[in-house]
Amino acid sequence: MTAPRTTTQGTRLGEWIGLYCLSVLAALVLSALLVEATGGDWRPVVNALLDGSLRKPGRWGETLGTAAPILLVAVGTIVSGKAGLINIGQEGQLLVGAAFGTYFGFLIGGPGPFNLVVIVLFGALGGGLWAGVAALLKFWRDVPEVLSTLLLVTVGGQLVAYGLSQSWLLLAPLGDRGNRNQVSKQLPKDNRLPRLEVFGNEIPLAVFIAILSAIVISLLLARTVWGFRLRMLGRNQRAAQRSGVSRTGYGASALMISGAFAGLAGAVMFAGGGFAFGNYQLVPGFATNIGWTGLLVALVAREKALIAIPVAFVFAGLRTGSSFVGATGVEGRITDVIQGFLVLALLVPPAVMFLRDRGRARAAAGERA
Amino acid sequence: MNPGPTGRSGADPHAGSAPAVDLRQITKRFGAVTACDGVDLVLQRGRIHGILGENGAGKSTLMKMLIGLVLPDEGSIHVDGTPQQIHSPLDASALGIGMVHQHFSLVDALTVWENVALGEAGRLDPRAIRNRIGDIADHYGLVIEPDAQVGDLTAGLRQRVEIIKCLRRDPTIVIFDEPTSVLTPEESLQLFESLRQVVADEGRAVVLVSHKLDEVLHATDDISIMRQGRVVDRMLSVDADAPTLARGMVGREVSLRSERAALGVLVVDDADTVNEKAHAEAAGDAVLAISGATVRAGGGILALDDLSLELRAGEIVGVAGVEGNGQRELGDLLSSLISLDSGSVTVDGVRIPDGRSGAMAKAGIGVIPEDRHDSGVVLDMTVAENLVLVDQSNVSTRGVIDQRALETFANEMIEQFGILCAGPNAPMWSLSGGNQQRVVLARELAQHPKVLVAAQPTRGLDVGAIEYMGERLTAAAEAGVAVLLISSELEEILDLSHRIVVMHSGRIVGEMDRSAVKLEELGLLMGGAAA
Repeated sequence: MTAPRTTTQGTRLGEWIGLYCLSVLAALVLSALLVEATGGDWRPVVNALLDGSLRKPGRWGETLGTAAPILLVAVGTIVSGKAGLINIGQEGQLLVGAAFGTYFGFLIGGPGPFNLVVIVLFGALGGGLWAGVAALLKFWRDVPEVLSTLLLVTVGGQLVAYGLSQSWLLLAPLGDRGNRNQVSKQLPKDNRLPRLEVFGNEIPLAVFIAILSAIVISLLLARTVWGFRLRMLGRNQRAAQRSGVSRTGYGASALMISGAFAGLAGAVMFAGGGFAFGNYQLVPGFATNIGWTGLLVALVAREKALIAIPVAFVFAGLRTGSSFVGATGVEGRITDVIQGFLVLALLVPPAVMFLRDRGRARAAAGERA
Repeated sequence: MNPGPTGRSGADPHAGSAPAVDLRQITKRFGAVTACDGVDLVLQRGRIHGILGENGAGKSTLMKMLIGLVLPDEGSIHVDGTPQQIHSPLDASALGIGMVHQHFSLVDALTVWENVALGEAGRLDPRAIRNRIGDIADHYGLVIEPDAQVGDLTAGLRQRVEIIKCLRRDPTIVIFDEPTSVLTPEESLQLFESLRQVVADEGRAVVLVSHKLDEVLHATDDISIMRQGRVVDRMLSVDADAPTLARGMVGREVSLRSERAALGVLVVDDADTVNEKAHAEAAGDAVLAISGATVRAGGGILALDDLSLELRAGEIVGVAGVEGNGQRELGDLLSSLISLDSGSVTVDGVRIPDGRSGAMAKAGIGVIPEDRHDSGVVLDMTVAENLVLVDQSNVSTRGVIDQRALETFANEMIEQFGILCAGPNAPMWSLSGGNQQRVVLARELAQHPKVLVAAQPTRGLDVGAIEYMGERLTAAAEAGVAVLLISSELEEILDLSHRIVVMHSGRIVGEMDRSAVKLEELGLLMGGAAA
């Protein structure tokens, strides 16, 4: 019994690896063909990507810093996904979270570390509340969260834009913003997230927060009663209802936790700053697709928080690398397409394996019948 | 190719010359299992042929070969004297073979005529289809409203739709696969009347696949008994009696109660011993009391209508009734899945908030749900996790699950309840239906419930599993659990219950002690006649 099972497990692992290699290779070849088709040369593009994400001085620190909010968003997405809820409004929750952090950070003030904690907490609160709107609509009026979270992205963008136009909310005083409109005050130096200096790279503290979050959430989901019940809710709502897992309570909290992580991501982007995320200032379009990217990471990691860690770094690398691609004469946005190809490539193997497993199960069932 | 209404009557003179269907030495193997082993079967026009056998005797496989769903490994199929290869249901249909399936293949959201038209090629002609339904309805007494939505119909009417679907193609050979499993006795009688008409007036060959002795005995002309893939006996229905059939089917004298139940032999004689126990326990106070329970379903229909029911420790109360008369809602109510519009549920005199998640389970109501996939198990979780779905307190400390304790507990349960699986961490979906059901049973009994609700607990299980379930329920009652057995299998209820209540249209319309049961009365109550 044991021997044949280990063999099949071995074969399965081989199949998984083979499938992933094959589909990623296909994605890369397609990307290369696309570069060639648009009149470029793929070799310098690859070089630029590697330079921009890893090789040039300071770049891998930059990549890590970019990965942090992406990973935070992904971790939150995994929490709501486990509960069977599809939150796709992280981009908006992130922005609202950043706005909350910014507003309350400046409102409450205080010494550096204290102020940082305020920003981060209120960031999470803002994101959580914004997702809470969707949760309220869902559990009070049965509005599908897929729609409400997505549409609230636009609403959130408009609200924050309004806040940035009002000096009693977020708009910086005239002296601080030169002739720019719609920009918040800059976070003072003492109140910014600290960075570690390693080999000429600056690693923002946010990276550690994000990785720690991924590990903690992974453990909570797998090892606690809370995680157990959340998974039950996600997999069979009626079994959960009978077993005392309230759809409203657990579902709403999962959605809000998911939003809170997006909001936290927004807050660390604001307080962590760097080349990637403005200049310790809130501006319109501040979220810069980090929310969407985090959602993709959760999707590719298939709701496994630990796998989301490397995936987030790969996607961050594509992002930081893309800024170097422009110099090769190829449109930097090509990386968006490459990213799309990669997402598809990483989603194909699970689908193939699912179909194959189902086929095998059916064949086995047919033999038994 | 299809013979039309006129072509059919033209075929009548040939009746009797060559048999409608002649199966010769049909063998079908699935891996190591031989489902059909050299089966010969002859179907004559103008006669109803009963095929009797237990689950897994090969009846269904044989019929699937006739309808083109399964290809035989050996042997030949002759239709009207001509050898035929039937590769698909379309081939079968072209040969005039139609089947009324046991499980309805209807689309709830569509109307009757739309369902009948499903699978047609070409342009849709609603009026022609409606007319055709009307013709069939008049002709066979299968009255139905073509514009009714199928989701609103009772099981009996749905089956009528299935039959019309089949007859619309005007088959000359019609197979009925366990047609009465969801019908009231009256509806069954009606069905057999129209069946008789289909045969007598039109010279069709009809096959009735069944495991119920009574109906095979009374509704057929010829009988073939199958056991372990072979036809073990053939006879004319007029020469047969129930004991002979039962012996042929199981291959020995029938002795076990549950086997009798599984075979559909009604046991009325030895109820006294069962009942003594009930009397001994009946003195206690009610553990579970439902009073005035009313649940409004969609469209103003009352799914539960002022239903009151009391259950004492140690007794098994059988809820008899045709499916769709509120049994599902009763189960859902006791699973905290629906709320009451009025009425109350109390356990040991304490009112339990209805519809609040987990409240019923916490109060000590264990449930083996009607559809275990609906609320009984989580297929994507492991066996061990499914064993602690309701209560994790024994395998966790301060909110953290102790994996080792969980596995130990799961291994205990797997052993104690004989659950066949690869281990505690095997995914639930990898288990067979019977073993999934054992997981549910193990979990619910491990909670030491005060009340155990078993809704259709043996549906889809084989004889051995049915017997096991019966033993477990009886043992639970002996240990002082109040058992509520909701079942549409009358035999099961008669076999296990101390007291029987009958549900119709969301109400309890009758109640009787097991010893006082009169089958005719029970049947009438189930059909709502005496309500």
